[in-house]
Amino acid sequence: MAVVLLLIASIAGLRVPLSPALVHVSPSRIMPGEVMIDVTGYNTRFADGMRTYLVNDNQYVCPISVDVIDATHARIVAEVPAGMRASMTDIVVQGMTYPGAFFTESLGEGIESGSCAPTPPKLDLTGLGFTFPNRSILYESIRNLFFHVPMWFTMIALMGIAFWQSIKVLGNTDLERDRAARSAVQVGLLFCGLGLVTGAVWARATWGAFWTNDVKLNGAAVTALIYLAYLVLRGSIPDLYKRARLAAIYNIFAFVLLVLFLFVVPRLNAIDSLHPGNGGNSGFNDLDLDNRLRIVFYPAVAGWVMLGIWMMDLRTRTARLIEQMDR
Amino acid sequence: MRASEILSILRLEVALDLRQRASWGGMLLYVVSAVYVSYLAVKGGLGVALWNALFWIILLFAAFNALSRSFQREDQGRQLYLHTLVHPRSVVMARTLYNAFTMVVLSLLSLLFYALFLGTAVLEGADLGQFLVAVVLGAIGFATVLTLIAAIAARAGNGLGLMAILGFPLVLPMLLAVMRASKLSLDGVAWSVTSTYFGGLLLLDVITVTLAWLLFPYLWRD
Repeated sequence: MAVVLLLIASIAGLRVPLSPALVHVSPSRIMPGEVMIDVTGYNTRFADGMRTYLVNDNQYVCPISVDVIDATHARIVAEVPAGMRASMTDIVVQGMTYPGAFFTESLGEGIESGSCAPTPPKLDLTGLGFTFPNRSILYESIRNLFFHVPMWFTMIALMGIAFWQSIKVLGNTDLERDRAARSAVQVGLLFCGLGLVTGAVWARATWGAFWTNDVKLNGAAVTALIYLAYLVLRGSIPDLYKRARLAAIYNIFAFVLLVLFLFVVPRLNAIDSLHPGNGGNSGFNDLDLDNRLRIVFYPAVAGWVMLGIWMMDLRTRTARLIEQMDR
Repeated sequence: MRASEILSILRLEVALDLRQRASWGGMLLYVVSAVYVSYLAVKGGLGVALWNALFWIILLFAAFNALSRSFQREDQGRQLYLHTLVHPRSVVMARTLYNAFTMVVLSLLSLLFYALFLGTAVLEGADLGQFLVAVVLGAIGFATVLTLIAAIAARAGNGLGLMAILGFPLVLPMLLAVMRASKLSLDGVAWSVTSTYFGGLLLLDVITVTLAWLLFPYLWRD
């Protein structure tokens, strides 16, 4: 089941194309007079006669000519008047907006709008089928959503299981539950590592660095340290029952403090995070048509969590067999 | 758990420490050496941020050093003896209280030495009252978290090394919060800003003590 869900999520997550968008516009500064604008699209289908205009605070400028080079490149010539109101001008091609495309000079009281707008044609998605949102900065890396985020969900789930098993160990020192707690921590640490790797790659692509001083990154680092310390503690106690009990006590203590650190201290400190949904960053929820992501995201989460639990179970059973063989 | 039990264990701790004055001397010497080494290493002025960071790092290591001994004294026989006399929860409460007291005294003394050697220029624009509250709360926080960790490390039969590994990630959240609060108070911001940190630290202390109270009896069972 987990494997099937993961296969579906991975294939869909990697194969589904991004929806078309404008990715590059040059020049970045326009002055009054005739300007030549090169527009580059991604997954776009530029065609002759497509509708194009510049937008500046509800003022519209129509192009003189639109020269389509191929499906993703076009050259637009427009006569830019002096006296526009806002310092940033957007460009719209085939209903796709590139916001803040140009710094605008010679500002003034406003201009007469051209007749090409304001009836923006809707973005034409027919024939493309199922697509993911195309967001500036993210672009293709939006697919990492199906890998990076479920890693942390799985890790928290596994550490939660370890916490629960540890509480049970305190009741009566049951070595089977102790083995389960240890396996959960080990597999959880694996997912923590994978989450860090996928996160580092994603951060390099979008923020420009593999590691940043971010609340969530600190949380991940502390989690890794805590559970590595848990394994070190286990390794330093030879007596089986004593090891089970001490490890359980540490695990309970650590998990409660960890939950406080991950979910309470960031709010207390009110430190901004670069992650979506924090510090004024938009979350994935307000992506246009975010349901397209959810269709793949939820199966991916379920698949990864189930895979993690299955791995934990396998580890528990092999650990039991090894101990029986030793005896 | 009874108040009288806690009191008698506290009295025992004080009596033991008065008899072995070397241990307090050792702790103080550790801090003074650390401060003096950083004085030699820094040589000259430090900005507010660095002054604050260095102080807390020194205090953190002083805390590990000081609190690691709190359960070291117990050999198997003495632990059994205590176990027959009092409830384990009395032991952990008394130790936490005593460690908190130790840490408060130790951190105030370190602050004194630190200000003496590394200069008080930083303190001029600061809200001293807030800073002292931050120091005291941080010291109590270290003590509450590290008491249970020291007990676990002592039971594992592996002293300071294991305690540092186990305790460090758990103290880190508290350290971050208290460093930020003390930095803010050094910058002289209003009480309304720092009080959320102080409230959070107190909450963290209460939760930690509750956990220690819940878990300690299991630690002492064999």
